[in-house]
Amino acid sequence: MNLMSVAENAFAKETKFPEFSAGDTITVSYKIIEGTKERIQNFRGVVIQRKGSGITETFTVRKMSGSVGVERIFPVQSPFISEIVMNKKGKVRRARIFYFRELTGKKARIKEKRMITE
Amino acid sequence: MAGIIGKKIGMTSVFSAEGKNIPCTVLEAGPCVVTQVKTIEKDGYKSFQIAFDDKKDKQSNKPEKGHFKKANTTPKRKVAEFHDYDKDLNLGEVVTLDLFSEVKFVDVTGISKGKGFQGVVKRHGFSGVGGQTHGQDNRLRAPGSVGASSYPSRVFKGMRMAGRMGNDNVKILNLEVIKLIPEQNLMIVKGSVPGSKGSYLIIER
Repeated sequence: MNLMSVAENAFAKETKFPEFSAGDTITVSYKIIEGTKERIQNFRGVVIQRKGSGITETFTVRKMSGSVGVERIFPVQSPFISEIVMNKKGKVRRARIFYFRELTGKKARIKEKRMITE
Repeated sequence: MAGIIGKKIGMTSVFSAEGKNIPCTVLEAGPCVVTQVKTIEKDGYKSFQIAFDDKKDKQSNKPEKGHFKKANTTPKRKVAEFHDYDKDLNLGEVVTLDLFSEVKFVDVTGISKGKGFQGVVKRHGFSGVGGQTHGQDNRLRAPGSVGASSYPSRVFKGMRMAGRMGNDNVKILNLEVIKLIPEQNLMIVKGSVPGSKGSYLIIER
């Protein structure tokens, strides 16, 4: 698989997003092209999972739109992601928090991790 | 039909300049050594035999060793014949990925993955006979009728039936070359190629 990573590294671009994992609340700024116009849409939600590795890595963000849950999968290397902002660092015990989908109301909360800020 | 022998490494996906996610296959192409030059005078036709992928000395027999020794190289696992290179190749010359430096599309030949004994639905794209409900039994993936009765009183040759599937020679035409990495002899093409990872391929321009 060594040659595979050589090939993937040839296409990999530097991502300067903050490090985030499952349980974190993030805002993804996503470029949308409508005809010739380009605008930026924000998608804020909880990261459910990070999946894959290298240039094919993706992450899933879930948000509640009214009472309907909406999930979006973004490739980490996608050229359309202009920015990722970390809103909350969540404290979860799992790398993939699928149980979060079944939780509603007060239960659908994730404990915030206290960060030491310099 | 100038070409090179290669190996399938694996699949991945890359983003194009427009931001489209393109599925692509990574191939290891060459370097190959010319092990025999066939001429019209001697062999009746003109072609170049090239070889790829070293193998251990103890894995090759004496005739093999002698054949490769003529080209001053080590025994190889895979050999193939090509013609129509830009210039005449000499015995022992190395053919590298540079062959494709100005090429946009390539044809890739390989042996497809074996699927074993398969029914007509998978093998020939039949849609089956019956449904799952209304008391139907075991007709869901059946081939149906194979012909009429008293005339012709036989089944026509070439009737599509169940049988061994895959493990065939398959050629995929016009695969777009996305990138060449000459340092590692890697070629990245758009789409998929026949065979499993590590299987040998003939890459033609």
